[in-house]
Formats: sequence, C-alpha cells, structure tokens
Amino acid sequence: MIDLLMPTIAQGLLWAIMALGVYITYRVLDIADLTVEGSFPLGAAVAASLLAGGYSPWLAFGAAMLAGMLAGVATGLLHTKLKIPALLAGILTMIALYSVNLRVMGKANLSLLRVDTVFSIMRDIGGFSNAQAVLCVGIVSSLLIGGLIYWFFGTEIGAAIRATGFNPQMIRAQGVDTNFTIILGLLISNALVALSGALVAQNNGFADVGMGTGTIVIGLASVIIGEVLFGTRSFKNCIISVVLGSIVYRLVIAAVLQMGMPPNDLKLFTAILVAFALSLPLIKSKLGLRKAVK
Amino acid sequence: MLRVENICKTFFAGTINEKKALQGLSLHLKPGDFVTVIGGNGAGKSTLMNSIAGVFPIDSGKIIIDGNDITKTPEHKRAKYIGRVFQDPMMGTAAGMMIEENLAIAARRGKTPGLKWGLDSDNQTWFSELLQELDLGLENRMTAKVGLLSGGQRQALTLLMATLIKPKLLLLDEHTAALDPKTAAKVLALTERIVNRDHLTTLMITHNMRDALRCGNRLIMLHNGRVIIDVEGEEKSRLTIPDLLKMFEQASGDMLDSDRLLLS
Repeated sequence: MIDLLMPTIAQGLLWAIMALGVYITYRVLDIADLTVEGSFPLGAAVAASLLAGGYSPWLAFGAAMLAGMLAGVATGLLHTKLKIPALLAGILTMIALYSVNLRVMGKANLSLLRVDTVFSIMRDIGGFSNAQAVLCVGIVSSLLIGGLIYWFFGTEIGAAIRATGFNPQMIRAQGVDTNFTIILGLLISNALVALSGALVAQNNGFADVGMGTGTIVIGLASVIIGEVLFGTRSFKNCIISVVLGSIVYRLVIAAVLQMGMPPNDLKLFTAILVAFALSLPLIKSKLGLRKAVK
Repeated sequence: MLRVENICKTFFAGTINEKKALQGLSLHLKPGDFVTVIGGNGAGKSTLMNSIAGVFPIDSGKIIIDGNDITKTPEHKRAKYIGRVFQDPMMGTAAGMMIEENLAIAARRGKTPGLKWGLDSDNQTWFSELLQELDLGLENRMTAKVGLLSGGQRQALTLLMATLIKPKLLLLDEHTAALDPKTAAKVLALTERIVNRDHLTTLMITHNMRDALRCGNRLIMLHNGRVIIDVEGEEKSRLTIPDLLKMFEQASGDMLDSDRLLLS
C-alpha cells in the first residue's frame, strides 16, 4: 500500500503544475483554454527530443516552457486580435499542435528508457530511489511554481490579470490593455502545462503524441476537487488547494484501479467525476432549498 | 478641457437596423464645467459617453482632451485622462478582489503596471481616509471582497476610484439610475461633493430632470444625436422643468417621448 502511495503522490505533484496552469486560465482569466491538450504533449515532445539528443534536463525544461509560452501566445492572438472565441481559439491551437508535436519528435512516440532524465540523474548521482527522486522533484517544483504564482499574481501586472478575469471593462477603464493581460495569462498558463508535460514524460519514460488527451479534464478535476475539499478563502489558499486537489485526484484514480476498474474506462470515469464536481454548486443549492422548505 | 467636434456615429450602417446615434455633435467643456446631460431614449447620450471613453471608434469628427487629440486612441490609453462611473454598479469594480486591491488598481490608473507588489502599505492610510469620507463603514472592511458590497456601496467605491487620481474629465453614465432613491440621493450628494472639491470637469448623464437642473453649472439636452439645448450659469439656475419642456418643444419641433425622463 505504501509502495503505491508514494509514487501516486509524486505523480500528483508533477501533474499539479499542469493543474495550476489550468487554474490560471479557468479561474483567474475565466477562460476554458483547450490549448493545454496540445501544450502538455508539446512540453513532453520538446523535452524528450532534447533529452534523447543528449542535452541536459535543465535545457529541456527551459525549451519546453518556451514552447508552451508560444502555444499560449498563439491562442491569445487568435482570441484577442482575430476575435475568435476563446474556446475555439484553444481548439485551433490544440489541433495545430498535434502536427507540431509529430514534427518535433519525428514520430508518434519517443522512448526515454536509455536516456538521462532528471530522475535518472538524481538516482545515479544523489543515490535516490526512483520513487524518492520523483517525489523530491514534485515537491520542489510544486513549492517553487506555487510560490512564483503567488508572488506574480500579487504584483501590479498580476493584479491586472486577475481583474481582467473578473471585469475586463473595469480594468480597461483603469488604463490596462486587456488584450495584453489575456495573452500574458495564456502564456504563463501554457508554460506551466508544458513544464508539467516535460516532467511527466520523464517520469513515464516516454513522450507520446496522444498523451495530451483529457489534459483539460484532469486539470479541471484537480482544480474543482481541490476547491471543494480544501477551500478558496484566499489566493494562497486556492493555489494550495489546486496542488492538493491534483494529489487527491491521483489517489482516487489509483484507488479505483486498485479496486479493479479496467484502465480503459479511466477517461470515462474522470469525465463523470468532473461533470459531478462541476454540478456540485447546483446540487448544493437544490439540497439547501429542500432543507429550507422543510 | 474637452472639445468634441462634429462627431458622427452610425450603428449597423447599411442594414435595416441602421441607427444614426450621433449626427454631427459638437460640445466644448471649459475646465471645471459640471455638465448634466439629458435627452429622450435614443438621443445619443450613452453613445456620446462611450465615444469619448473610446469604447468604439467614431465614424467622423474629432475628440480632444486638454489639447490631446484622442480620436484614434484606444480605450485603455484614454484612461489616463478619463475617470468613469457606469450605470451598472457591477461594472466599475472587480467583484472577486478586495476593496484595497480595487483602490490600488485605481491609484495606478493610466500607468503601465509593473512587477512591484500590487498593494502598497504607504497607500493604506490614504485609502482608509478616503473610505472614511464615504461614511459607509468601508474603511474597516478594506480586505473584504467587493462582491460582498451593496450596489450603492459599490457605486460609491467606483466613484472614489474614478477620482482617486484627479481625471481631466469625469464621465458619469446614469450612475445613480440602478440604485434605490435613497441610495441614489446619497451617491449623487457624494458626486457633487467630490466634483466641487476637486473642480473636476464632469459630464453627467441623468434621467432625472430635477437632478439635471439642480446639479452642475451647465445643462445640455440631446436630441437625434445633436445638442439642442445648452444653458449655463444664471440662466440654468433659474430654469424649471416646465421651462425645459417648452424649450425642448421649440428646439426640436417635437414632443418629449421619454416617459422615464418625464415621470422621474
């Protein structure tokens, strides 16, 4: 049981970086950004290609984030300059990225088995076990990224991005270009999603062009589970909730697999879980109403 | 201070819904002018406001503020000169952010935001004093989210935000229309206090003729996208509602069609 617990939590932490990216678009900017379905494998593809070419994991992470930023900017430009609805803009970038990812890797699947990854290096040099290495990287990156997000969204620019999500009219009247804040938000979000993709690919030992399917749903599941279980009192609270939500999501998945659910049904299960979580406010108010009547 | 020259704006041009909202409207505001704007439905009041604020581009004409031609300047860049309060109390503030965060954003109006921490502790006392003047108890709720405030409180806060950095021009677009009469009177009194204290050049749309006559030093009435009545000073202060109605009929050759304007 413990053997299973540690890698599951570690996995949750690696995916939490993606969930934080989804939080930035879905909750802060109030945009459901489907770009993540493409930028997650993009980060994996870029990192895997560089690692397979013998480059250092640091460079791989940097390049993956840069690629994710470009993907976010592409969606941002489609949405703000060409006035394409955000949802559709994200879908367009996502589809385009499928081809881009194939080009980056040269094929549909790139193995990292005999390649130095951040985890294998920690194993070889630091003497960590694989599970310890993943947990370590997961904790450090979640703390670092979570801290950076907290700092950034407390700055003047960060406040302007948050205000854009709440009320674009208001922040324009205060002199901020909302096209700029939307593009910047999408850029940051997709950089994080790509970074998460790069981490997950190294943990899985491969990058696959299809590994992005369902990214948005997993991200939403983490955000909503986190919010429901751990609260949304302050911005700091929200960030912590999202990270914990990602861990809980992985624990739930591990539990249902352990109980014998076929892995092929996983995405169906996740979709139902998210649909249920998204309808919680309605269910709650209905229940509250019934109680009030009684 | 504000010079609007011969501006035109047509919505849905070339379609069956074509609406000529502004038809060569000109207006010149001197520094410190407090102008109330009235007019029937579709007279062009809001279109005038939104044209000045830059919500949409105008078809022709010129808009100049304090010597700067802003006709082609995007909305967010005009914020440097213009403070705005909207009809909808929800429009002027970010509901999910704290009162002090909203004020901090307003304190940077027209400046490019940087990577400094958004909340400046030096500003706290300043904000607190200003909130105290509102007399709504908000100074003790600086960290409360704005979404928790009532419509009147939010509108008072928006007014404070619009005037925190003294604007060259204050635009008030029926900013008391969505409030209950008592709250509306309070917000209007606050408006007069701030405008008079800071000698703000102000353009205030109102649907209330009494308010239009009582407030400010000048009154204009719009009809079919033009200014048809423009009175100021002595002449304005002697004006009554029946006078105004007579003037309207003479100027437009029409009866006033707005029930809202007449009944309020």
